[in-house]
Formats: sequence, C-alpha cells, structure tokens
Amino acid sequence: MPEQLLYAMEVTLNGLMAGVMYSLVALGFVLIFKASGVFNYAQGVLALFAALTLVGLQNGQVPFAHVINAIFDTNLHTFGWKLPALLAILLAAAVMVLLAIIIERLVLKHLVSQAPIILFMATIGLAYFLEGLGDVMWGADIKKLDVGLPQGISDTIESLTDRWFGYGFFIDNLDIVATLVAVVLVASLTLFSQYSKQGRALRAVADDHQAALSVGISLRFIWVLVWSIAGFVALVAGIMWGTKSGVQFSLSLIALKALPVLMLGGFTSIPGAIVGGLIIGVGEKLFEFSIGPMVGGATENWFAYVLALLFLVFRPQGLFGEKIIERV
Amino acid sequence: MPVSHAEEGYVTADGRQIGGTLMELRNITLRFGGVVAIKDISFDIHDGEIRAIIGPNGAGKSSMLNVISGFYIPTEGDVYFKKVKRGPMKPYEVARLGIARTFQNIALFDGMSVLDNIMTGRLTMIKSGLLSQAIWYGAAAREEYQHREKVERIIDFLEIQNIRKTPVGRLPYGLKKRVELARALAAEPKLLLLDEPMAGMNVEEKEDMSRFILDLNDEFGTTICLIEHDMGVVMDLSDRVVVMDYGRKIGDGTPDEVRNNQDVIDAYLGVAHD
Repeated sequence: MPEQLLYAMEVTLNGLMAGVMYSLVALGFVLIFKASGVFNYAQGVLALFAALTLVGLQNGQVPFAHVINAIFDTNLHTFGWKLPALLAILLAAAVMVLLAIIIERLVLKHLVSQAPIILFMATIGLAYFLEGLGDVMWGADIKKLDVGLPQGISDTIESLTDRWFGYGFFIDNLDIVATLVAVVLVASLTLFSQYSKQGRALRAVADDHQAALSVGISLRFIWVLVWSIAGFVALVAGIMWGTKSGVQFSLSLIALKALPVLMLGGFTSIPGAIVGGLIIGVGEKLFEFSIGPMVGGATENWFAYVLALLFLVFRPQGLFGEKIIERV
Repeated sequence: MPVSHAEEGYVTADGRQIGGTLMELRNITLRFGGVVAIKDISFDIHDGEIRAIIGPNGAGKSSMLNVISGFYIPTEGDVYFKKVKRGPMKPYEVARLGIARTFQNIALFDGMSVLDNIMTGRLTMIKSGLLSQAIWYGAAAREEYQHREKVERIIDFLEIQNIRKTPVGRLPYGLKKRVELARALAAEPKLLLLDEPMAGMNVEEKEDMSRFILDLNDEFGTTICLIEHDMGVVMDLSDRVVVMDYGRKIGDGTPDEVRNNQDVIDAYLGVAHD
C-alpha cells in the first residue's frame, strides 16, 4: 500500500479515537437536554470538578485547605494518605451524586416550569460557581491525574501494523481505553433509557411535565437521577481528559468542543452524540492532514465549528435529532 | 336522593347499585392571591358512580379537578379519600393513591408511540427496579409481559389497535383524547378524573367517547368524575351532577333535580336583574 494512504488511515484512526473523547463530553449534555430540555452550560465544569475531586481524594488532599489555613492559621495540606484509584473513583462518583442532589434542592426545584432560557442562565451561574468551588476546595494548580490507565503509544498495534503493512501506526493506549469505556457507557445508557422503568420515566418527563406527574412520576427524583448520571459521565470524561492533558482549568473548555458535536448528532440522541463526535474527530484530523498544509495549518481550531454551521443550514435537527413539526 | 354525606350507597334510576363514599371534599376554598377560584364547596363522590361537575366558563370546575388530583392545594378545607384525610400531597403522590386523570388540553408524550404512552400509565406499578432489571432479566421480562397484557386489553377496549405503534404527535385530536384516556386507565385507577373529555370533538367522536365512559364504568366499575360543557352529554352520562358558578356550588343532585333547580337555570340562561 502507498505510504500516503497508510498515513491517512492512521490519521483516520486517531481521529476516531479523538472523536470518542469529544463524544464522552457531548453525552453529558444530551442526557440533561433530553430529560429537561435544558442546555447544561455547566457540563464542562462538572467534568473539571469531578476530575479535581478525584485527584484530591486520591492524594488525600484536605478540602478547603487554603481557607482553613487562612482562618485558623494552621498549615494543613494533606491527610497524609493515598487512596487506591478505584476507591477514589467510587468516592468521586458519590460526590457527584451528592452534588446532583444539592443542585436539585438549591436551583432546579425553584425553577420548575420556567422557560428554558431561565434554566440555561441558571446553569451558567452554576458553571461559574462550581469553577470557583473547585478552586477553593482543591487549589488552582495544574494536577496530574493517574488512575492507572495505560498511556503512551501502543507497542502491540505498532508492531502488528508494521508486520502487516510495513508501516507502524502510532495509536495512544489511552485512546483505546477511552473507546472501550465509551462503548460500554453508551450501550448501558441506551439500554437504561429504552428498557428500564426509570429510563421510561425519564423520557416521559422529557416530553411533558404535567403528564408525567399525572402518571405518578416524581419530577424531583428524575432530576436528581439525571444530574447524577450526567455527573457520572462528567467524571468519566474528566478521568480521560485529565489523564491525557492534566487536570486544569482548560478542562472545562472541552465543553466548547462538544457543541459542534451536538449540532451534528442532534441534541436529543445518545447515539447521535457518539456519531457526531466520531465525524468531528475524523473530519478534523483528515482536514488538517489534507487541506491544512495549503492554508497554513491550525485548521483543528475552527473546522468543527464550520462543519456545525453547515449542518445548521441544511439539517438543523442534526443527524439523529427529533424533527419537530408543529401542526398549524 | 340524599345528596351530601350519604355514607351508604344508593340505587340509580337505571337500577345500578352505587357503593359508599369514595372521595369527599369538605369546605374547599381555593384562592390565588386575591382571586377566589373556589369558595367553600363540599361534595362527595361515591364508589362506582359517574359524577359530573358542570358550570359556565370560569366557574372553577378545572380548579376543582386540580384540587382533587393534587395539582392545586386547597387554601382551606379537607380532602378525604377512602375515608382517610389527605394531607397536602404532590400530584405524583396522588396518582400513586389510585387517582388518574386526563387534561383539558391533552398532555401526552408526543415523542413516544401510542403503546409506550399507555405503558407509562403503569410505571408506578412496575416492581422491578433498576438493579433487579439488570440482574434478573427474566423476572423483569415476565413482569413487563404482564403489564403489556393489561395494556393490550385497554387498547382493545378503546378500539385503538391499529394505531398502537404510531407516534402520538401524528394522531388527530379525537384519537389523542382516546390515548390519554387509555393511559389513565392503564393505572387501573380507583377514581378517574376527566377534564372535558369531549371538548372540541365532533358529534360522532362525542358519541364514541360517551360510550367508552359508560362502558368502562360498567365493565371495570371505575368511579369517574368528569367536567363537561355540553349539558346534553352530561345529563345522559352522569348519575349525579355538581353545578358551579363563580366558584360556588349552586346545585347538586341527579340530572333531573339539577335541571329543575332555579339557581342552575338562572346561571345557565341568565336572569334579569331588577
């Protein structure tokens, strides 16, 4: 096979893997949008907060150490223990559930049957609040996250492809793990929303609040459930991205990359979030590979948004979104 | 006919035996700020009867239904269900007590099929939770099958077999009303509340709906409380009628009694003030 084609294949594969990472973030958006019609601006910050909490728990950091030290003139930093990764992940997941309950109590409960724009504004407020809370609780420095996921170029794949094609593919182990995790996550979420009792209730709430109440569904329970799941998905995304590029403020900005993914896949479709992410991942890499050199590179910064814009013109509901037809 | 607080049942004109009190509303007042929507109304609903609430526009009928179904909490007064006083409850808690309802301006899950919509009516009855559904798949599947069987019976009963898989959003108005009724029935309610079940229907659709209401009362013994504008329909369907006007109760009794009540005639036909 010609070198050029093999290289394009490698780029495509890498694009698919990068796309999975976008999809992981987009998933969280879709979940909350489906269940409450709210575009959750805070999803990216949720991922950051989850990752910060995970690192903090793992390293036995004292939460609010700076505040405590300033008030009581102490010099606390860590408890002096290190938690095993799995335990820390479980605890972080518990913290995300707790956070969901608090968000429902303090914010959502008071905004029942308000216009979506109001709820959207509330999530913007929430995003900034969580960003600050994360800083105050765990400190603002860049942290390294290591929960034992394999990282670096996969030797197996390199040697295999080298034997087959005479050209070794460079594929990151972490991307492979992220892909597997995303597959499991999407499969279980789809099964959950299609076949479980709570999944049905969730879809009902998404459609009509009053009708949902009249068949005995508690809106508040469903909201806590949805935000817990979104928090869990944020934790997964936070682990993947945090392992890849460190836990820092910019983690919350990956949410911006999820937007074009959502426009492609449709805001209401779980498979859409995945396919959208893959298309953007591959498209971005291939575009940079083929057209990039002609326009001076750095196309990855804008390609996704232009693609999303085109979609808005020709297929505003996205690939898998529900087309809303109003009877006049 | 003794109207209020008749503890024991009675026999209707067409010879059906009606049971004791299922629901009782005592001195219900509902205020929104300075507006009094319902003023000191008491009445009861007996087990197995078809009870209607009628009145001109803005009389407070829908508010009354919302009080019964828990969507509004009365400012004053008490609600008794099965002789037990009901505290302030959320609508979903009321639904779980066995009180199902439909809405004046149809509230269905537009994104779901007719079948899925009706299945949601049984959500609270599904025992197997998230974990058990994942682990004991067989048991959950069996339970699903049982619920499905009940739902199919309702679908047959309401003659909507051929639209089973259709997304609800695509249905015409009359059928949507029927699907909403099916969803309420799926919960096997003790008390079924219908908010203007025939509003906006043509004569044929009205006749169908009337037949369904009579049949389901007859076959399943469901107690029904309905609101309706169409006087003719109400008088034919119901065993007893409450008449409201400007938030007050101005009449209560069998259709014949109500028809001959001077206050009711005045409210409906208007009266010359001197």
